[in-house]
Amino acid sequence: MKEEPVRAPARLLPVAVMIAGILIWAALSALRVFPESAFPSPLSVAAGFVEEIKTGRLFNDLVASLFRVTVGFLLAAASGIPLGLLLGNQLPARVALMPAINFFRNLSPLAWIPFAILWFGIGDIPAIFLIFMASFFPIVLATIAAVATIPAVYFRAARDYGIRGGELFRKVTLPAILPQVITALRVTAGLAWVVVVAAEMIAGRDGLGFAIWDARNGLRMDLLVAGMIVIGIIGVVIDRILVQLTKLPSVRWGYER
Amino acid sequence: MNDKPLRLEAVCKSFGAVEVLRDFSLEIARGEFVAIVGPSGCGKTTLLNLFSGFDKPATGKVFTSGHIRMIYQQGGLFPWQTAGENIRLALRHIKDPVEQQRQLQEMLDLIDLDSFAGHYPHQLSGGMRQRVELARGLAGESDTLLMDEPFSSLDYLTRLRLRQEFARMLGERPRTVVLVTHDIEEAAQLADRVVVLSERPARIHCQLHLDLPRPRDLTHPEVVGAVHRILTEMGLEADTRDSLAAKINP
Repeated sequence: MKEEPVRAPARLLPVAVMIAGILIWAALSALRVFPESAFPSPLSVAAGFVEEIKTGRLFNDLVASLFRVTVGFLLAAASGIPLGLLLGNQLPARVALMPAINFFRNLSPLAWIPFAILWFGIGDIPAIFLIFMASFFPIVLATIAAVATIPAVYFRAARDYGIRGGELFRKVTLPAILPQVITALRVTAGLAWVVVVAAEMIAGRDGLGFAIWDARNGLRMDLLVAGMIVIGIIGVVIDRILVQLTKLPSVRWGYER
Repeated sequence: MNDKPLRLEAVCKSFGAVEVLRDFSLEIARGEFVAIVGPSGCGKTTLLNLFSGFDKPATGKVFTSGHIRMIYQQGGLFPWQTAGENIRLALRHIKDPVEQQRQLQEMLDLIDLDSFAGHYPHQLSGGMRQRVELARGLAGESDTLLMDEPFSSLDYLTRLRLRQEFARMLGERPRTVVLVTHDIEEAAQLADRVVVLSERPARIHCQLHLDLPRPRDLTHPEVVGAVHRILTEMGLEADTRDSLAAKINP
């Protein structure tokens, strides 16, 4: 049930893997497997990093991307979870809307990019729109599934102890779906972070996606890799933050079966 | 409150084409402990659902009175609440927090799980969870407990221990109990009356009264005799009552 404590040498393993990865990278670049212009060395990437930090561009892009992801994702969660709750409880509405929701869920949000630009121009809003389109449908679907699968025994027990109305929602429905909803939020946040990069490449004038697109246009592969590294690290950090939600004592039951 | 807190009168109930109850009547007196046994799928759980109001009869009448609670086989506890919070659900009507805490403590002492009050159900063993479920059912004010195979998911020894514990708890907090079980020993060890049902559509095949006070030993001659009678009635044991009685009371 509990995670086994990892011994100190085992903790160092990921660091060792990372160092090995950088060494292989350095070797491939030193051996000129690809030309330097197409395969920047670790050192030139490090130099690019320093440059980006000094000019303040990296920080600005990071803030821009995080802002868009946060707003788009929160809007999707704030509207998707209530809609999912509603549909989970209303069979006719669910039957009516499920095919449409499934349709949009399976439609790549990137397909909306042309419309996003036509409707909202360039900047924050098209990116937020695309992140919303990427996050909203999976959150709705996961919430519907969570509500629809709450074991009936909880509602029967609630009735035996006189829990009804708004209290039933707060004390039974909501806590019963929380573990599944948290999992859906984690998956969706990862999706949103992938989408913001793509959105900014085309519909942005700043942000990490724009930064790597700009680096590519300027043939600065060192800056491109620096951007990629930041994107990967931030993605991991976002998931680490959301994983904290799964550590709340009242949702642990959903992950330990 | 009336003398007959639970009564089914000429109840019929079908699920689709499956006729579960036909013209079924049963009366349970206040404070009585009735066990219902019978072949699986014969409609035992449907009887509990009729008493709890979860199912409605197609025809016939269901009379109940007082506060009725169901105790489930497993998984009836809210997993997002600790054992203590789960039991506290049954004490919600007590407005005075000091009194509520005192009664919670009393129930925790009764099931001997005081140090586990802050544990969540998934952190407890199956036997502990079932004890919490029993405590929640017995805490506070209620008149009737409907129990659907409450011990069947437990291992044999835990089941025996919990049966005795439940009999003791019931001694301190008398309730009308309707116990549905496929465990004939359990029925004979706990109930004042064992109702043996026939195959679907269920009718009362026979009834057995036991006057022995609880808790009873599983090997008490009367309990053993009752088990033998029920098994014989269900066609699971050849009728050797005389020879058995001779062995028990030489």
